[in-house]
Amino acid sequence: MPDTVLPGHGSGGKLMNDLIHDTIRETLGSESIQLDDSAILQLPGRQIAFTTDSYTITPIEFPGGNIGSLAVNGTVNDLAVMGAAPLYLSCSIILEEGLPLDELKRVLQSMRAAADYAGVSIVTGDTKVVPRGKGDKIYINTAGIGVFNSPPQRHDILPGDAIIINGFIGDHGTAVMAERNKLSFSKGLSSDCAPLNMLIRQVIQSYPESIRFMRDATRGGVASVLNEITKDRPFGAKLIENSLPVHDEVRGVSELLGIDPLYIANEGKVVIIADGKDAPAIVEEMKKVPEGKDSAIIGEITDDYTGSAYITTRVGGNRMLPLLIEEQLPRIC
Amino acid sequence: MYGSGTNSHRQGASFMTNEHVLAHDAEKLKQYQIDSDICIMEVCGTHTTEYFRTGVKDIFPPRLRLVDGPGCPVCVTPNHYLDHAIALAAQKDCIIATFGDMVKVPSSYSSLARESAGGARVEVVYSPVDALDIARQNPRREVVFLSVGFETTAPTEAVTVQQAREQNLKNFSLLPGNKLTVPAVKALLDAEEVNIDGFILPGHVSAIIGTNAWKFLGSEYNKPAVVTGFDDHDLLKGTLLLLTLISEHKPHVLNEYTRVVRDGGNQHAMDMIYSVFDADDSEWRGIGVIPGSGLLLKEEYADFDATKKFTVDIPEPKEHPGCRCGELLRGLILPTECPLFGRGCNPEHPIGPCMVSTEGPCAAYYKYGR
Repeated sequence: MPDTVLPGHGSGGKLMNDLIHDTIRETLGSESIQLDDSAILQLPGRQIAFTTDSYTITPIEFPGGNIGSLAVNGTVNDLAVMGAAPLYLSCSIILEEGLPLDELKRVLQSMRAAADYAGVSIVTGDTKVVPRGKGDKIYINTAGIGVFNSPPQRHDILPGDAIIINGFIGDHGTAVMAERNKLSFSKGLSSDCAPLNMLIRQVIQSYPESIRFMRDATRGGVASVLNEITKDRPFGAKLIENSLPVHDEVRGVSELLGIDPLYIANEGKVVIIADGKDAPAIVEEMKKVPEGKDSAIIGEITDDYTGSAYITTRVGGNRMLPLLIEEQLPRIC
Repeated sequence: MYGSGTNSHRQGASFMTNEHVLAHDAEKLKQYQIDSDICIMEVCGTHTTEYFRTGVKDIFPPRLRLVDGPGCPVCVTPNHYLDHAIALAAQKDCIIATFGDMVKVPSSYSSLARESAGGARVEVVYSPVDALDIARQNPRREVVFLSVGFETTAPTEAVTVQQAREQNLKNFSLLPGNKLTVPAVKALLDAEEVNIDGFILPGHVSAIIGTNAWKFLGSEYNKPAVVTGFDDHDLLKGTLLLLTLISEHKPHVLNEYTRVVRDGGNQHAMDMIYSVFDADDSEWRGIGVIPGSGLLLKEEYADFDATKKFTVDIPEPKEHPGCRCGELLRGLILPTECPLFGRGCNPEHPIGPCMVSTEGPCAAYYKYGR
């Protein structure tokens, strides 16, 4: 078997069959991936949730995960935040000629581990190979199906509701940025890449009526989620700086580069808007699940600054948290 | 959590935690009694944004006004410099290496971002030394680093030139655009256009040049000033200290940022700067040419001076009609007083540099103001 991806791996011939059988199905699970043209699935429940997402990242491996775990957890989380229980994923891979097969195997192994941990099956897939220089090592698309065991978690948000997060913010984006730029001071940074379905199931089961809204805070970070929630609405979203969980390493790197952890991507964080009076109990419930052990109330929905997100700083002043126009750029000095 | 929250400060006889000191100082600033209007100026782009970011500006007492000085390196760089950089970028086989802030700044007729989209090669670096790596990796191309910044960045830029010479890198040069803060503050005061009661002085710049370099503010101009750090504790303490000096009519120059800044500065860094550069007259956006306010490469480093190495046609510079960045940088107006602010000029479509840089006053007001 060759040790890098070759054009022939996408040919439909023996090389491709070997890759699918010996590498992909062997790793992802031959008992689950169908060889037929489509997977045939059993779906309990009345309504289903269906989503798709494509994953590209440089570098494909980073502290705390790789593009494989990202592709599983990202799609699992898109289903979970709707209140659906994720069951099945597809996995479509585009490989660049020359990718070492060892790297591919590590990505697949981490996909498998992430799927097993989240309790989902990868049931169908596809592989294509593009010539050297026409891709960035590996692109993965995963589509996912989840079922609703209770109604979708979308209710009207009201002033007095609490804003909850399940742990430290900014870890993923900072770890990737540090790895990409080979920052020498990046010790201790690690992506938070994790599935949120177990955590969310725990919350929904215990407090089915108290959750107004949930969204995973990926690109654009927590501030961007709060902007989506408040846009053109008759309420504002206030964060309390003193309550925000930010690792010292993340704060250090972001201060140095002049970027704000509130706008940095996460891959295992969900912003939950919940009834204010139940919020402390919800946080206690969340802490029982590993992905929620550092959960905290970080703010509230208010009548002030309607249509905007803002933060009350440590000195007690307010500052707006507008939607950013583009990626944050590091500053001069 | 934001802030370390673990250190303690001894305050009087009692032992106060960081949080207590912060809350105490914040309350003191909020309640500060001011009898007549006070105008203070910060001379550092990082202070511009940090006053907003920490919320300290939001708790200013009534009648206290903060104006922005010429402290954003990108903002004070005149159009002519960018026009020159773009003319260099248009040369075949040239790579422009620059800090990220410069990329979107409009020049007289274009911007590096637009030239890059049109095929010019523009690489964003985090440190000038990274530009040397690009030069090594591209031996057939000329790499020009856009050397802007104040006394804080100049030592690294000087080291970069020295390393280039030691490594015999023939395809590396820099376009000198460094500026010195002290002559600019002097020029502002000499122009007598704006009535400033006191200065919040730049922490990082002062770490290099030292508090003593600012003593003239008190002795020659009768203005109090405080060298200040950048976190919320620093900003509260620096502002309170300055207000006390102003209200007690004491034109002293004090140092709040003692954990970083010494009276004499960092002599090693200063020596490094002046081993490679000479101070010379330099043009500032909005202010014009200020004597002795820029850094040019010494004659012995002429091989690394892009202005001497390449002959390019630079178009006659022009300003955008209506853009008031110049007046802003002289402390004459606030960003919101520019007619273009938010109407035609925003971070997505900036007309002036003060809307582009993360340290630009307009960008800070646009992002955090309301």
